[in-house]
Amino acid sequence: MDIQIEKLTKTYGPQTAVNDISFEVKTGEVLGFLGPNGAGKSTTMKMITGYIGFEKGDIQIGGKSVTDPTYDLKRHIGYLPENNPLYHDMPVIDYLEFCASLQGIEKQNINKRIREMVGVCGLNSEKHKKIGELSKGYRQRVGLAQAMIHDPEILVLDEPTTGLDPNQIIEIRKLIRDLGKEKTVILSTHILPEVEATCDRILIINRGKIVANGTSETLRKQSQGNEILKLRIEDGKADKILKSLRTLDTVQSVACIEQNQNVFEVQSLVEQTSKRNVFNLCVQNKWVLTELTPLETKLEDIFRNLTVK
Amino acid sequence: MKTIWIIAKRELEIFFDSLIAYIILGLFLGFSGFFTWLYGNDIFLVGQANLRVFFSIASWSLFFFIPAITMKMLAEERKTGTLELLLTKSVSDRQLILGKFLGSVLLVCIALLATLPYVITVSSIGNLDNGGTICGYFGLLLMSITYTAIGIFASSITTNQIVAFMTALFIGLFFHIIFGVLAQNFTGSIGQIFETLNLQSHFESISRGVIDSKDLVYFLSITVLGLYLGESSLSKRHSS
Repeated sequence: MDIQIEKLTKTYGPQTAVNDISFEVKTGEVLGFLGPNGAGKSTTMKMITGYIGFEKGDIQIGGKSVTDPTYDLKRHIGYLPENNPLYHDMPVIDYLEFCASLQGIEKQNINKRIREMVGVCGLNSEKHKKIGELSKGYRQRVGLAQAMIHDPEILVLDEPTTGLDPNQIIEIRKLIRDLGKEKTVILSTHILPEVEATCDRILIINRGKIVANGTSETLRKQSQGNEILKLRIEDGKADKILKSLRTLDTVQSVACIEQNQNVFEVQSLVEQTSKRNVFNLCVQNKWVLTELTPLETKLEDIFRNLTVK
Repeated sequence: MKTIWIIAKRELEIFFDSLIAYIILGLFLGFSGFFTWLYGNDIFLVGQANLRVFFSIASWSLFFFIPAITMKMLAEERKTGTLELLLTKSVSDRQLILGKFLGSVLLVCIALLATLPYVITVSSIGNLDNGGTICGYFGLLLMSITYTAIGIFASSITTNQIVAFMTALFIGLFFHIIFGVLAQNFTGSIGQIFETLNLQSHFESISRGVIDSKDLVYFLSITVLGLYLGESSLSKRHSS
């Protein structure tokens, strides 16, 4: 099921939480929702799941509007809310059974689904404990299990990996990737490497507006522009190397970062690469090229550039 | 309907899993038993084989205990965030309210059933008026659903259980006493209006054995109003 969001606006009194945003998520896609605290991520997710209403715009899921009262959309959505609220006085199994029956799973299939979810989320050793007795990581797994219990076509996960240890994080990311092959997944997070590891596409939102939308590569390209290479050239004098590098016709500028180590930073002209020219130059002068690293803009930098203003 | 029952069932299970259920049931039985059998204007003082005394005591103890049952119903869900969890499942606002209502009413019914030994005891002492007893229980039940609906509404407007409890008591107080007092102090049509609003007079006429459609309409309309207001206060989150 595809999700289409058109010109969505939501205000809380005088404050505009989400301001005229539009985007689309297709089946088989994992969309990462990034943004500083209070940017409107959770609000948007709440609107997609139908928990809160909105003033303007429309959300269409599978071609139908979420505001259509005849459409039992909630059965197609699995939702893990922020802070993962759970009934602490219920045992894990009872809780999953409660969620399954609320989602309209037939009685004979409930136990099978619970067994599957317990297996997938690694809850086997804790399944008879009360949720309140579980550690934070296990609670998070219970939260994921309840979101997926009815095998929904759409998964909306608000910070799914908070509180998990590194091993669990890797498992959950893998799970999300696997799910994302057939389903539509939207997840929000503060952990930037997580987005790169799990998401096909990134949406950065700031103060209720979308500031970036694309794969991590396209975002990099957009914010980086020209190629930047870090070079270390031995067996030559720094000022001579600097001069010759400047004469290369693909190079825009050269900076010497460490004089005595002969480390340089070379910025190429727009949409050109100087890697070959640098290599040939070194061969001609019998210098030894010991390092050539293309510098990538980190996602952190992109995020900071877009959201701190 | 199935969804409503699933919610009500969970409510009952949670209740009997925790100590609160037994405390509330124990207090209710202890309180009504003490005044029915042991103290003050009790059955032995009246010297008649009927349960009038019990019904009037029970109407007071239910007045206090129902808000204690309903106070957490929605206030706690709201506070812990599980309300969001429930309402993003295949559950409508109305189903949630009705499920919570049904769960609370069933709990009150269990409390009332636990007083059946009183009936058995009295009927073994003397010739018990069966019709009157059934009407008395029916009156208690109608009163209970009314206060439960008020309690559910009070619980839906806050995240604090104590506030929910006090609000339910405060609203209940009008129906239980204040309208009656006002009815005595006013004459004419105003007095008539207050008398109509007075829950005690409707309750008494039913427990005396007269089931009038007027009384039924009274109890049911307050119930429906309470539940409707509860639902609207849940739905408020949709608008800003």
